[in-house]
Amino acid sequence: MTSALTAFAAALATGTIRVIDLTHTLTPEFPTIVMPPELGQCAPFRMEEVSRYDERGPAWYWNNFSMGEHTGTHFDAPIHWVTGKELPDNAVDTIPPAHFLAPACVIDCSAESAADADFVLTIPFVEAWEAKHGRIPPQSWVLLRTDWHKRPPKAYVNLLDDGPHSPGPAPAVVKWLVEQRDVHGFGTETIGTDAGQAAHFNPPYPAHHYMHGRGRYGLQCLTNLDLLPPTGALILAAPLKIRQGSGSPLRVLALVEINP
Amino acid sequence: MTEPLLRPRRKDPLRKTREPLLPQGLRSRTAHGLTAAAAEGRFMLQVCTDCGFTLYPPRDACPSCLSDRVPFHDVAPGGMVLAETTIRTSTDPYFRERTPWRIGTVTLDCGPSFVAHLHGDAAEGSRVVMTLRLDKSGNAVAIAMPDKPTSHQEDDVQLRELTCDPKFRRVLITDGRNATGQAMARAMAAAQASIIFVGIADPWKPFPGETDLRAIPCVEIVPLDITDTRSVADVAGEIAHRVDILVNTSEHHRAGGIMNRHGLTIAREEMDIRYFGLLRLAQHFGPTMRARGADGVNAAAAFVNLLSVHALMNWPEFGAFSAAEAACLSASQALRAELRGGGVKVLNMFAGPLDTEWFQSVPPPKLSPAALAKATVDALRMGIEDSYVGDIAQDIRARLDVQPKALERELGG
Repeated sequence: MTSALTAFAAALATGTIRVIDLTHTLTPEFPTIVMPPELGQCAPFRMEEVSRYDERGPAWYWNNFSMGEHTGTHFDAPIHWVTGKELPDNAVDTIPPAHFLAPACVIDCSAESAADADFVLTIPFVEAWEAKHGRIPPQSWVLLRTDWHKRPPKAYVNLLDDGPHSPGPAPAVVKWLVEQRDVHGFGTETIGTDAGQAAHFNPPYPAHHYMHGRGRYGLQCLTNLDLLPPTGALILAAPLKIRQGSGSPLRVLALVEINP
Repeated sequence: MTEPLLRPRRKDPLRKTREPLLPQGLRSRTAHGLTAAAAEGRFMLQVCTDCGFTLYPPRDACPSCLSDRVPFHDVAPGGMVLAETTIRTSTDPYFRERTPWRIGTVTLDCGPSFVAHLHGDAAEGSRVVMTLRLDKSGNAVAIAMPDKPTSHQEDDVQLRELTCDPKFRRVLITDGRNATGQAMARAMAAAQASIIFVGIADPWKPFPGETDLRAIPCVEIVPLDITDTRSVADVAGEIAHRVDILVNTSEHHRAGGIMNRHGLTIAREEMDIRYFGLLRLAQHFGPTMRARGADGVNAAAAFVNLLSVHALMNWPEFGAFSAAEAACLSASQALRAELRGGGVKVLNMFAGPLDTEWFQSVPPPKLSPAALAKATVDALRMGIEDSYVGDIAQDIRARLDVQPKALERELGG
């Protein structure tokens, strides 16, 4: 009898299972979320050379880097939001490691987002998706494909004179995904899991409010969601084990079976 | 009148760059009283406390009454050129490649006689105003100026050796996102800078004044983020050899004290933007500027820091900010010594609170960014090292001279 893992390794080796990188490269130029300037800011990625085969270290090259927990492609833990602050196992170091592997449903809103930067995902939109692809299984990531990752930085953050404009979920659909579909978490290509104008929603920032309030997770600044099937991808998203960390930059990988 | 300076031709990129040389740089400790005056654009000589005799050159005792109480005071600079000489050759390597050079004997109305450099419009027998300037070695020298401004007087070749006039020079303004950077670009355009590079970080983030900034003549936007070492290195790689005057306009004004602030995040930003930003600029632009200190009409001339006057004495309401500014002041002193080998000056502009949103709740007087920019151009034209701009900065400068402890106590509220 072949074990499941042996079969899995064989499928990886033969290319029957493909690995797709959903991670942006960490660079100083990649935008970080913008807060009002008098509030605390998330540090962008920065790198200082320690040595490069020179007088500071003759045979080796290495760097020190610095950034915030919510810089680049990153994971949000429940403790990130005030609604999740009292939950058990709510920080990146205490989340059960089994939660770092989960299947994904990819909801394609790319056409709607191209037409309207303030596109808001609703329950009927997800129900229509389910009519085509089946009901969202419990403990699945719901990933919002907007093709936002293809935009250049200015259009990606899309700051207008009334703040950022980018797609995201309506309050009702987030609550519904948690309560009616028991999802694992919510992931986006945009700079946050919530819409650019979500400060004006009720409650504000509903993806953060409901997902983290019920112990679910967030992924943002994802890329390559257009390479994933609507269902069937397995997501590996394991944040750094930072004591009481609210999130972390991480490598997000999708495993996709070719012609299953 | 002075022959107006011609816009320099573009440099042949294959030509050897002339190496910077310095004029003789030794002075006695007492003579650095002249350096101190020149650094601020003042004309000060020793005046005997006991007999009132005005001394020049500097001495440790009064030649009239032998008193050792001979402090420096501001004195009247008027005088007359008695005789002039044109030096056509010299054994000194610095002057050897700058001849002909005019010097003269000038008697001042307040008593002493000088052997001084002569501005081209200061002719034998004419009335002059004596000024003290910092030469390429950072020491005070005297140059007699015409007593009334003459046309294009700032273009005089001997004077220009002592100043950092932006005319026909290429300027880098490190941050054009703020009001000061934008005012600086306008002031440099008005001063006929030939290229004004303006750094913009996070170009994806809109900022007020962007359209007007781009419309300023000779402005070239460069993607510069002084908190990012790689960005500074990349921009320096492209343009460092074309930067004659660097003006660091990056700022981070935040209220808050040392204990009376929650956490270190803002303090780290202050140090990163201000102190480490200065270090990054110094490391990546400084060596090239130092090597270009004698590179013709548009040789590298000045590295300008805009500092809070609270670098000199902490203002607890902006306590952590003041501490970061003090770090920048200290770094600027080291940088001044390091750039001196190229004859490149470090100009520190000390200002009080600016009339911007970050000092919204601070009562007047506040300094407008335009006034700070204009004062910067003025200071470059004078070739000074330290400028105190506006009422607050000048008040603090004066109070530091009199009683620093009282100033500390009073700023503490």
